[in-house]
Amino acid sequence: MLAYITRRLLATIPVMAMVAVVVFAILRLTPGDPAAIIAGDDATTEQLEKIRQTMGLDKPIPLQLVQWVYQLLQGDLGVSLLSGAPVLGMIADRMGPSLALAFGTIVVTVSVAIPLGIVAAWKQGRMLDRAVMTFSVLGFSVPTFVVAYLLIYYLSIKMGWFPVQGYKPLSDGFWPFAQRLVLPVLALSGVYVALIARITRSSIIEVMGEDFIRTARAKGATERVVLMRHALRNAAVPILTIIGIGIASLISGVVVTESVFNLPGLGRLVVEAVLARDYPVIQGLILLFSFFYIFINLVVDVLYPIFDPRIRY
Amino acid sequence: MPAIVNQPHADGNVQMLGDPSLIVHATPAAGFTSQLISSLRSPPVFVALLILSVVIVVALAAPLLGTIDPVAIDPGSRLRGLSPEHWLGTDAFGRDTYSRVVYGARVSLIVGAGATLMSITLGLLIGVLAGYFRAADAIIMRVMDGIMAIPSILLAIALVSLTGGSLLTVLVAITIPEVPRVVRLVRSVILSVRTEPYVEAAISLGTRVPTLLVRHMVPNTVAPLIVQGTYVFAAAILTEATLSFLGAGLPPEIPSWGNMMSEGRMYFQLLPGLILYPGIILAATLLSVNVLGDVLRDLLDPKMARKS
Repeated sequence: MLAYITRRLLATIPVMAMVAVVVFAILRLTPGDPAAIIAGDDATTEQLEKIRQTMGLDKPIPLQLVQWVYQLLQGDLGVSLLSGAPVLGMIADRMGPSLALAFGTIVVTVSVAIPLGIVAAWKQGRMLDRAVMTFSVLGFSVPTFVVAYLLIYYLSIKMGWFPVQGYKPLSDGFWPFAQRLVLPVLALSGVYVALIARITRSSIIEVMGEDFIRTARAKGATERVVLMRHALRNAAVPILTIIGIGIASLISGVVVTESVFNLPGLGRLVVEAVLARDYPVIQGLILLFSFFYIFINLVVDVLYPIFDPRIRY
Repeated sequence: MPAIVNQPHADGNVQMLGDPSLIVHATPAAGFTSQLISSLRSPPVFVALLILSVVIVVALAAPLLGTIDPVAIDPGSRLRGLSPEHWLGTDAFGRDTYSRVVYGARVSLIVGAGATLMSITLGLLIGVLAGYFRAADAIIMRVMDGIMAIPSILLAIALVSLTGGSLLTVLVAITIPEVPRVVRLVRSVILSVRTEPYVEAAISLGTRVPTLLVRHMVPNTVAPLIVQGTYVFAAAILTEATLSFLGAGLPPEIPSWGNMMSEGRMYFQLLPGLILYPGIILAATLLSVNVLGDVLRDLLDPKMARKS
């Protein structure tokens, strides 16, 4: 087990290196002089030269890459061009709302989607199944920001149940914190509930055709036991995989949702950095999110044998 | 064992000579058409096809549908509600919302088609290279892994912010994150047909590599690429709308659904329609493309179909 985890950890190193190189290449090899973009339209030649020097842009590109990776390994993501603050510190400051949103979404998604998928598989082909599948296609197709605005329109503006926008940290009390998080979490959950419910349903339906299910029924197990103990456990691996993919792809949803609801999280930071062309911040955030994505994949791989002991390392 | 000769009948079915158990299915063409017709009988599929057709017709015939110039500014009639002059009201610049929604269909379809064409072409080229030339494989696939590990929306945002928003840069920014998925698909098909007897026969006959690839191997990728293409199409439309909504997409003067929603944010409480009209049309378009994509997948890839 430990050897496997070590091996998997080591295997992520080339991918991470590739991500770093791709991110570096995007920012350095795209047409246009970063110094000119940063300095603005009416910069003098001296100003441009100074920016090039401080950013190390006057050195050859391979050397820039080495220098940048060296700083990365020391945990130095550089400083914001806009505020001069260290990028790592900015990320830490904005982590809270994003974590709250992501955690809330994962809890809601898993606790809604898996029961929905089980029920749909159980009532396969009947009205309930059709309803779940219709919802699933809908949830998958309606963009998060459209869902978000529909929720704001009906539940905030028309009904007045929730504040329209904004964020209060947990330290201001649980109720104000939770009240402002309900709609963002609902809006973001839709697409993942759709995805996970669909896979749960199809994996259970596939397992239900196996011999051991017939055996379980033959020995007189109730439908509940067959579904929950025999079918669900054996359908765990695809469900786990899709949950992992869902968590990893939460990032895009977080960017959009935070923008709609004005939550001061990492997603909002990405958009601010992009609009201000604050390259070190963009770079740092892309790296962080990519490493998170790789990490989630690693966790899923390690969890497989726990959910399905037939999988050995 | 007697030789088995299959003679296609005039009606497209296969007449079976010899051991019937050895012949599994009829000619694909007949099965495909009848399956296509039967799946069109299902109401959701019919509705999806209807919606998509309407969007396409509207996009093509935009100037004929009672629209006015979608970018014409009229400060005298800002932020109006529904009226006979402005069917869906006007935005903060006095531009006609109905005309903008109609012309927005053009933008979305162009972006969707353009990005699909580009990512399929690039992905096919790179995928064939990786699948056939083993030396190139390792390097290509590591680069693809690297691109895939970067969340696609972030990659697209970064590319647009670097190159400045224009139709072309947005298209490229949407295409790049989609390419690795196409590459993986093409590569896996090429790898699996490499060992097929007919490919080995072609090789032993001395077929040149380009002919071998184009005549014998690439045709196998067509069916999966059509299915993948519909998903890329939907993803491209969604990504464009998301980018434009975040303010990192098409230039604001282009009437795209995402731009309309982005501009409508400040006036949402006053005129929710500024966001909801383009939003609902966008959702309906994506929904119909996804439903039709599922139908195509079921028809072209029976193994996947059984799973879902």
